[in-house]
Amino acid sequence: MPNATTIALIPLLPLAGFLLLGLFGRTAFKNSAGIIGTLLLLASTVLAVYTAYDYFTNSSVDFYRREVPLQLTWLRFSENLSIDMGILLDPISVMMIVVVTFVSLMVHIYSLGYMKGEERYPTYYAFLSLFTFSMLGLVLSSNLFQMYIFWELVGVSSFLLIGFYYNKPSAVSAAKKAFIVTRFADLGFLIGILVLSFYSGTLDFNTLIARLTSPESSELKTAVTSSFLGISGLSWALVLIFIGGAGKSAMFPLHIWLPDAMEGPTPVSALIHAATMVVAGVYLVARLFPIFAISAPAVLEFVGWIGAISAIIAAIIACTQTDIKRVLAYSTMSQIGFMMFALGVSKYGGEEGLGYTASMFHLFTHAMFKALLFLGAGAVIHYVHSNEIKDMGGLRKKLPITHITFLIACLAIAGVPPFAGFFSKEEILLAAYENNTPIYWIALITSGLTAFYMFRLYFGIFWSKPSHLSQMPIHSGERAGGEVHKGEGGFAMMLPLILLAIGAAAAGFIPFGKYVSSDGTPLETKFHLVFSVAPVVLGLTGIFTAMWLYKKQNTRPDKLAASLNGFYKTAYNKFYIDEVYLFITKKILFNLVGKPAAWFDKNVVDGLINFTGNTTQILSGKIKKIQSGKVQQYAIYFLAGVIGLALLFIYVWK
Amino acid sequence: MTEPGLYQILFISAALFFIGVYGFLTRRNLITMLMSVELILNSVNLNFIAFNKYLWPGRMDGLFFAVFIVAIAAAEAAVAIAIIINLYRSHKSIDVKNAEELKY
Repeated sequence: MPNATTIALIPLLPLAGFLLLGLFGRTAFKNSAGIIGTLLLLASTVLAVYTAYDYFTNSSVDFYRREVPLQLTWLRFSENLSIDMGILLDPISVMMIVVVTFVSLMVHIYSLGYMKGEERYPTYYAFLSLFTFSMLGLVLSSNLFQMYIFWELVGVSSFLLIGFYYNKPSAVSAAKKAFIVTRFADLGFLIGILVLSFYSGTLDFNTLIARLTSPESSELKTAVTSSFLGISGLSWALVLIFIGGAGKSAMFPLHIWLPDAMEGPTPVSALIHAATMVVAGVYLVARLFPIFAISAPAVLEFVGWIGAISAIIAAIIACTQTDIKRVLAYSTMSQIGFMMFALGVSKYGGEEGLGYTASMFHLFTHAMFKALLFLGAGAVIHYVHSNEIKDMGGLRKKLPITHITFLIACLAIAGVPPFAGFFSKEEILLAAYENNTPIYWIALITSGLTAFYMFRLYFGIFWSKPSHLSQMPIHSGERAGGEVHKGEGGFAMMLPLILLAIGAAAAGFIPFGKYVSSDGTPLETKFHLVFSVAPVVLGLTGIFTAMWLYKKQNTRPDKLAASLNGFYKTAYNKFYIDEVYLFITKKILFNLVGKPAAWFDKNVVDGLINFTGNTTQILSGKIKKIQSGKVQQYAIYFLAGVIGLALLFIYVWK
Repeated sequence: MTEPGLYQILFISAALFFIGVYGFLTRRNLITMLMSVELILNSVNLNFIAFNKYLWPGRMDGLFFAVFIVAIAAAEAAVAIAIIINLYRSHKSIDVKNAEELKY
C-alpha cells in the first residue's frame, strides 16, 4: 500500500505547479512554464498509476475496501461536527485519479505545441495545474463537504480557462454563463449536503453510507419519514445533490453552458469539458450510489430519466451543428447522459448492479476517446484556423496522424467492435434492457445517432472535398493573427493523439467488472453476442448514412434538411432552450422579481436610510440656532438647568 | 457683639453668589465678567469654610477645598486674561459680543 504521503502528493504536485507558475510564471518561467507544469504532472501521473497498480494488485486484501489513508480535522465546530480533509481510496476514486492525471498529462503535453507563443502561456499552465489539483482533490475527497470545496474550485478553474481569451467578448460571456449556471446548480448541491448531513449527522462518506443504507438505523428512519411537500427528506436531499451534479455534468435542462464553454482553448475543452470535470456529476452520483439505490430508488429513476432525455436531445442537436467543437460538446453531453442513465437503471449489488459498472466503464473509455476527439479537433483547428465544418474537408492527406486517430476515436464512440466504446456502451445498453425498456429504446436510437453525427463530422473534416481542393489555412479562427501553420503541429501535439488512440482502441479489453462494481463483489461481465447485434447494426447504419450523405460533396444533406425543415430548424437552434432561458430570465424573472426587488431597494431600503438622514439634517438645522455664540446666553441656560435640577432634587426626589 | 452664625454667613454667601451671577449675565465687558466669576468662586469658598467651621469643627477638609479653589481661580484668571488679551489684539475691544463669531 502506498503511504498517505505518496497519495497526498498526487493532488499536491499540481497545486505546487499552480503556485509556482501563478506567482512567478510571468517573470521567471516565461518560456519554461509548460515544461515545468508537464513535469510536475508527469510525476503526479506516475504516482497515481503506482497507487492504482498497488491498490488493484495487492491481492491479500480484497479489491473493494474503502481506505482512508489520511484524515485531518480541519475545522472543528463541536464534538460531533467538524470539516475534515481526507483521502478516500476505493475502486472508483483510484480509477478517477488515473484518468484525470493521464488525460491531464496528455493535455499538458499537447498544449506545449498548441499554445506555443501564446502571450499568457505561463498563466495558462498555472490554470491547468489548478484545475488538475482541484479535480484530483474532488475525486479523492473523503467527505461531502471537502468534495463541495473542490467542486467549487473545479468550477472556478473552468471559468478561468473558458475565459482565457478574455479580450474576446464571446469567451467572456461564455465563461460567465458557465459559472452562473453551474453555480446555480451548486446551490442545490449545497442545500442537499446540508439536508443530508442534518439527517445523518455526518459528512464522512463511509459513515454517511453506512448510516443511510442499513434498514435499522434511526437516521434513515427519520430521513425517510420526515416529509416536505409530500416527498421525504432523504429524497429531497438526494434530488438537490443530483441537481448539483446535473449542473456540472451538463444534464438537461442545465446543459446550456457546455456548448458555449467551447470558447476556451481546445485542449482545455478536451480536459475539462469532455474528459474530467463534466463527469464530476456522474462521479458524485456514483459516490453516493448505495444511498440512491437502497434508500431512494425513485430518485435514482429520476436520475435515469434525466440522463436518457439529455442523451437523446444532445444527440439530435449534435446532428445539426456546424461548429466542430459544438458537435463534440453535444456529443459529450449525450455520452454523459449515457453514464447517468446507466446509473439510473442500475440496482445495488450483484448482477443487477451492472449499470453501475457500465457507467464507470463508460466514464473511463469516454475520457479516452473524447479527449482524443477534442485534441484531434484541436489539431484540425490549429491547421485551418476555423471551427466551422464548411471550412474543412479533404484534410486526410494533410493531417494523416490526426486523421487515423480521429477515425479510431469515432469508431470507439460509435460503438464499433473492438474499440473501447463498444464494450462500455454494450454494457450500458444491456443494463438498460434488463431494467428499464423505454430507456433502452431511447439509448438504442441515441447510439445510432451518435454514430451518425460522429461520422458526419469525420467525413466533413477529412473527406468531403477532394484533397487538392482543400484551401490553405484561413485566418479567422480562435488564434487570429497567428503565423501560418503547416503540417500537424509537431511531436508535442501528435504524441498525446497516438497515446490516447491506443487507449481508445484498447481500453475496452480491461475486465472492468472485476475491479469496479456497485457492492464490492467482482462482476463477471458476460458478453452477449446476440444482444450486441442491434446496436452494432444501428451504429453501422449511422456510419453508412453519414458516408452516403457527407463523403462526397453533394446536395443530399441540404435536401434532407429541407425535407425535415421544421424539425431541422428546431434542432439547429438547439430546441430553443437558450431562448427559453432568456425568456424566463429576462421577461419573467427580471420583470417579476428583479424589478420589484429594485423598486424595494430603491424606495424602501434606500428610502429608510435617506429618511433618517434627512430628518437628522432638518432637525439639526432647526436646533443649531441655540448655539448662538453668546456666552451669556449659555450661562443662562446653564443656570436655569442647575436651578431646575436643584428644584427637582429638593422637591421631587427628596 | 455676637459672633455671626452659620445662617448669616450662608446668607452673605448666597448674596455674593447671585451678585456674581447677575454680573456675569449682564456685563458686556469681559474683565467685569471675569470679576463676577471670581465673586461666584469666593461665595463657594465662603460656604466651604462656614460649613467646615460649624458642622465639623475638628476637621480641615473644607479649608483644603477653599485653598484649592483659590489656586484654581488664580490659574483661571491667568488663562482668561490671556484669552481676553488675544481678543483685544484682534478686535481692538474686549466686548463679549466679539466672541459671538465663534458660534457653529
